[in-house]
Amino acid sequence: MRPRLVVIGNGMAGARTVEEILARGGDFDITMFGDEPYGNYNRIMLSNVLAGVEDESGIFLNDLSWYADNGITLHTGTRIDRIDRFAKVVYAADGTETPYDKLIIATGSRAFVPPIPGIHRPGRGYHQGVFAFRTLDDTRAMIRYAREHQRAVVIGGGLLGLEAARGLQNHLPHVTLIHAAGHLMNAQLNADAGETLRATIEARLGIEVIVNGRTTEILGKNAVSGVKLADGRVIPCDVVVVAAGIRANAEMAAASGLVVERGIVVDDRMRAQDEDDIYAVGECAQHRGETYGLVAPLWDQAKVLADHLTGVNPLAEYHGSRVATKLKVAGVDVAAMGLTEPERDDDESLTFAEPKKGIYKNLIIRDGRLVGATMVGDVKKVAFLMQAFDRGLALPEERAELMFDLGGPAGEVKVEELADDEQVCNCNGVSKGAICSTVQSGCRTVSGVMDKTRAGKGCGTCKPLVQRIVEWAAGGEVEEDPAASYYVPGIPMPKPELMNAIRVHSLRSVSSVFATLGGEEDAKSKMGLASLLKMMWGADYVDERDARFINDRVHANIQRDGTFSVVPQMKGGVTTPAQLRRIAEVAEKHEVPMVKLTGGQRIDLLGIPKEKLPEVWADLDMPSGYAYGKSFRTVKTCVGSDFCRFGVGDSTALGIALEERYQGIEGPGKMKLAVTGCPRNCAEAYVKDLGVVAIDGGKWEIYVGGAAGAHIRKGDLLTTVGSADEVMVLTGRFLQYYRENANWLERTYAFVPRIGIERIREIVVDDADGLAAALDTAMDASVAAYRDPWKDRDEPATPGQFRTSLPLTVLPQVPVRA
Amino acid sequence: MRAIGPAAEIPPGEGRTYTVDGEMVAVFRLRDGSVRALQAVCPHKGGPLADGQIDLKQVVCPLHLNAWDLRTGCSLSGQPDLAVYPVRIDDDTILLGD
Ligand SMILES: Cc1cc2nc3c(=O)[nH]c(=O)nc-3n(C[C@H](O)[C@H](O)[C@H](O)COP(=O)(O)OP(=O)(O)OC[C@H]3O[C@@H](n4cnc5c(N)ncnc54)[C@H](O)[C@@H]3O)c2cc1C
Ligand code: HEM
Ligand code: SF4
Ligand code: SF4
Ligand code: FES
Repeated sequence: MRPRLVVIGNGMAGARTVEEILARGGDFDITMFGDEPYGNYNRIMLSNVLAGVEDESGIFLNDLSWYADNGITLHTGTRIDRIDRFAKVVYAADGTETPYDKLIIATGSRAFVPPIPGIHRPGRGYHQGVFAFRTLDDTRAMIRYAREHQRAVVIGGGLLGLEAARGLQNHLPHVTLIHAAGHLMNAQLNADAGETLRATIEARLGIEVIVNGRTTEILGKNAVSGVKLADGRVIPCDVVVVAAGIRANAEMAAASGLVVERGIVVDDRMRAQDEDDIYAVGECAQHRGETYGLVAPLWDQAKVLADHLTGVNPLAEYHGSRVATKLKVAGVDVAAMGLTEPERDDDESLTFAEPKKGIYKNLIIRDGRLVGATMVGDVKKVAFLMQAFDRGLALPEERAELMFDLGGPAGEVKVEELADDEQVCNCNGVSKGAICSTVQSGCRTVSGVMDKTRAGKGCGTCKPLVQRIVEWAAGGEVEEDPAASYYVPGIPMPKPELMNAIRVHSLRSVSSVFATLGGEEDAKSKMGLASLLKMMWGADYVDERDARFINDRVHANIQRDGTFSVVPQMKGGVTTPAQLRRIAEVAEKHEVPMVKLTGGQRIDLLGIPKEKLPEVWADLDMPSGYAYGKSFRTVKTCVGSDFCRFGVGDSTALGIALEERYQGIEGPGKMKLAVTGCPRNCAEAYVKDLGVVAIDGGKWEIYVGGAAGAHIRKGDLLTTVGSADEVMVLTGRFLQYYRENANWLERTYAFVPRIGIERIREIVVDDADGLAAALDTAMDASVAAYRDPWKDRDEPATPGQFRTSLPLTVLPQVPVRA
Repeated sequence: MRAIGPAAEIPPGEGRTYTVDGEMVAVFRLRDGSVRALQAVCPHKGGPLADGQIDLKQVVCPLHLNAWDLRTGCSLSGQPDLAVYPVRIDDDTILLGD
């Protein structure tokens, strides 16, 4: 026979422990008793139910079918009155008896109701209008009653009282909070923090707060009519909610002979003292002198207990929890951990307060370690602080960094603190929950998860976060992804190795690379290989059109509706009336739906159907602006010394020269450039892949690795040179070095920091490695091989190159033969 | 079964769209010489699948790079599946349907 496991208490700890046991394959005949008439629900969410932001049905964690599906016998609405430890039987209030081999007590706590005169009606529970706040039934009754009344008083200014006060506001117009201590949440906060919280709650929520208020009597004959305080004040009200603390439900255990102090005393295995087969878990348990009133510790307890009962890890031990809390209390962010006041003379105490904004922060540091932190109103730094507190990390010398983000990279979000429905990838709308469940379904590599969910495949800014979530969800079992170092996913080689193999085998087409090095063709690798081969072989590259992305097949940028955009070249952003007139005529003739100035200082004709592209190019008769490829895009310029009264260099002329020389050169990623005529930087040269800035004395600064897209980075100063010619040469050399060494789709903003600006300067400027001549020659070859793709319009390069793929009406109609 | 055009209309490794009975069908010619036919309109946001890149197994939509199995039409990236149609080449002609 399977051993019989009986669980008393069907709340958050009891049900979680059973889940943990099932997850470990525990083989028991399980019977659960719950005093409440429901399956297990999320008690924390009662605050939201009261506040009306969550529906009752949404808070159930285990509904009745979960018990049935797992073969668990559940007795709801059944209270256990007594345990016979010797006969190993539990007795329920309805007279039934149930034998056990192992027993778990998870009876939680109940509201502590202070003995205030008038709070009870003799023999009939609470006075009419008085409520506790612990169960779903409490919450329902409170809502029903509050809706029909006007004034509520909440007794107790801790977490629960604050939540109750905020929730009640939803149902009636006046709420007063009475707190016996000198400041709110006195168990977690110091006086200043509590005061800040009070001010915010009064000002922002309109809840009246009375501190140092000792309630001495509940007034009212048939129903509540007010409360009386020790100083004689009377607060009129018709609803009273008691939230003055909790008491462990341990009386039944005590009466049955278990050792009980403030809770059921357990050892490090969660076993009741002196008992072999009885365990306690959750708020009813007292471990190493502590009882807990929050859920985090009970998750840890449930794991240890399950490890023991199932025998999966007989050595598991619970060592108590350091309670660091980060909560939204009545809509205000509050975080608290460790000490609330310095204790020793040499404790460092740092405080920042901005009462007007409701912000208060206090840190207590002992021997260089964080031993206490309190934050109200602004908890941005809490993730780091919790880590520092938990693990005793060394703290930054600049103590202010503990409280504020001082420039530099923004504080990292802590993965475990992200809500499941938090959107991680904003481009493809992927939540943390979606990523985690993909990992749980067995996909344990970062790139695998990115493929499955599409997270991180939009602008890419979220990739580091996606990676951390995968690592976290896989619990450190993330599989090393060798593919991460490949140039493209389909050929198992990093770029230098790949280039070497391509040279050794003289592979000049994408299909020959697959055939020789990869085995199988891979759609997602074709574009990267095409770009690399074109760079390596120039005119000798064997161009297979299917290796190109659609944009490169038709030399235009595909739009959301399958039409294309046409951006003619406009070197340096300089145009002429004649050019403008031509563009205007083309736009009119072809009824171009939108004409738009681009971010790259040129004119975009949007909404051109594929089949009309050659005609539009012919009518424009201008070179392609390459606004569609992983290639050299544009050189933005300012007017510079020609017209600008501040200009110290001819930025326009240099920009035009650069664009003329390097136009259309393909690379691992886009290359956007700018030249600006003085450090006022009107052309935004500091944030370009390569930006040139004229400075006084006829000199030019060259910046590389800048970006102002989804990622923003100021470029690093590569060097300062004395002539425009040197700018031309170094630009070519840098771009060539980037083309040969960057990974596919690695923009300069990632490439430059990866290699390091000093190293790049050694190679490109100082020629320390003797590579300069080879780089220059390679770039010259690429420049010479350049051909304007828009000239190739008379004959399609492939059959149906410009045939539409959408929409229906203009497709070739196929004669239908029966 | 019906002939929808000469095989040479589709360059190796690319796709083209055809309209058949008012249905849009994307036909791909794989580099191993075989053909596949699937619904032409991307179920994600209407992208033109015939403009996508392919290999012997999958097609990748050009708009947001979701991928589908060319043989079964099953999504490889959590999107709805594609309809697939029987197709073959006979005597340099593309034949669609059973
Ligand atoms: C309104 C509210 C908001 C909260 N907000 C937060 C929060 O934001 N963050 C946080 O960490 N914590 C919060 N908590 C605390 C959290 O809900 C508790 O820590 C958690 O529920 C404790 O779990 P437990 O299983 O030990 O007790 P419970 O969840 O109370 O479960 C005990 C169960 O045992 C039953 N029971 C008791 N005696 C018997 C008996 N003799 N026979 C049969 N059944 C019995 C009870 O009816 C109850 O269903 C909140 C609590 C409340 C009430
Ligand atoms: C499919 C999506 C996109 C389309 C259709 C698109 C289109 C364009 C076009 C047509 C231009 C003008 C280019 C030129 O004149 O050469 C442009 C410029 C620009 N794009 Fe995009 N783009 C896309 C994605 C992105 C993304 C994802 C980012 C950022 C992460 C980005 C950042 C920029 C920036 C910063 C410029 C200005 C460039 C400059 O000033 O030099 N674009 N985009
Ligand atoms: S043009 Fe750029 S910023 Fe605008 S919607 Fe497209 S990707 Fe986003
Ligand atoms: S960057 Fe300097 S030179 Fe160029 S337009 Fe601005 S102020 Fe004038
Ligand atoms: S439309 Fe095809 S992937 Fe978005």
